[in-house]
Amino acid sequence: MSDTEKELRVSKIRDGTVIDHVTGGQALNVLAILGIDGNGGETVSIGMNVPSDKLGRKDVVKVEGRELSQSEVDVLSLIAPEATINIIRDFEVIDKNRVERTASVTGILVCPNHNCITNADEPVRTEFEVFDDGVRCSYCGTIVREGDVAEHIDARGSGETAL
Amino acid sequence: MLEDHLISAAHLSRADIETVLDRAESVDSAGEAGHGSHDGRVLALCFFEPSTRTKMSFESAMKRLGGETIDMGSVESSSVKKGESLADTVRVIEGYADAIVLRHPSEGSAKLASQFVDVPLVNAGDGAGQHPSQTLLDLYTIRENAGLDDITVGIMGDLKYGRTVHSLAHALTNFDVRQHFVSPESLRLPRNVRYDLHEAGAQVREHTDLDEVLPELDVLYVTRIQRERFPEEREYRAVAGEYRIDNETLSDARDDLTVMHPLPRVDEIAPAVDETARAKYFEQAHNGVPVRMALLDILLGDEGGDRR
Repeated sequence: MSDTEKELRVSKIRDGTVIDHVTGGQALNVLAILGIDGNGGETVSIGMNVPSDKLGRKDVVKVEGRELSQSEVDVLSLIAPEATINIIRDFEVIDKNRVERTASVTGILVCPNHNCITNADEPVRTEFEVFDDGVRCSYCGTIVREGDVAEHIDARGSGETAL
Repeated sequence: MLEDHLISAAHLSRADIETVLDRAESVDSAGEAGHGSHDGRVLALCFFEPSTRTKMSFESAMKRLGGETIDMGSVESSSVKKGESLADTVRVIEGYADAIVLRHPSEGSAKLASQFVDVPLVNAGDGAGQHPSQTLLDLYTIRENAGLDDITVGIMGDLKYGRTVHSLAHALTNFDVRQHFVSPESLRLPRNVRYDLHEAGAQVREHTDLDEVLPELDVLYVTRIQRERFPEEREYRAVAGEYRIDNETLSDARDDLTVMHPLPRVDEIAPAVDETARAKYFEQAHNGVPVRMALLDILLGDEGGDRR
């Protein structure tokens, strides 16, 4: 496929973030991490299962007018460890970074243990330690394997219980 | 050294455990005399779930140290009923007491509460999570009867929801202990505890049948299979009957087997076992006082306020 054809599939953005080299099929989970459900008015372009030399198949997510927070990038690293984050200003890539796995992720995942205190009405943010093949709730110890992480992304995009 | 709070047995090192047990031993041998060093200190007992043994033994321990206890009463009569968060409750109580003992039905509650207070906080049971002060008295009992190294310990019953089991399993990884877990398939150890045991390099095996391992055991730690965990009474009865011990069940066990139970028991240990030298569960319960005295003494520190 030529570069032109690729460009036609997912158009360029003026300002915002391009998340490239996302593991094929994970684009919708990336949107969930970003708290994008279509109701917020953001302009979003998605390429799913695009041919990739590096990954075989990859997803690409382009979000207009939005740069990612560190906690969003941290969770992204769990479901798309090969992802690159490109910050775009005035159609130019002004910064390009690989995601890196961090020791913990805060405020993005919901603990699947309904009896965990983080699911009660307490003024705390969820916190998960990251290990080789999953994450673990720092409060109750519940383990979520890497393949299941996406299911526990807080749909509100904050992972924060009521303050 | 022991942290400022006691939240999980997974945080206890061998040195921490030995410090508490040695202190408990000296408290035990000194009898009634010489423990009034915490005159004027106040311990708050915050029990969001009913408790008899744990609550009373902490109360007894504090009073024997010369201190006082205050009690938030039943949840029904407290501000919790009005919807107050746990974080707010402990922040308020911190102003009334020098230390807090917390029992709460949610896993992770003790860790959360400890983040909002500066006074020492002891986890006295957080849902199906941890119960580390129980573990210290369990270890004290095991050390008195079998030693804590080069032993084989069987832990039987509800291993999935049994917080005393989770704490004990973590703590035993500090010692040269072979651990055998005996339970119905549906009540196996939870994944996070198995993960920790594996990471700690513990010698662990799981069984559904006690007979497979009974003759090897120095200690058999029995827990109650909780009726409320089963959707059908019939399913509970089928399983519970398999994990009940009596003197006939124990006929293949070593004569010096130590039988323990965190209590309360229902019918998982036949009363006839009480009469044998193997039964140590009442001694184990009594050990709650000197061990909790030692723990509080360490967490509260000297009268000058320095923690040892």
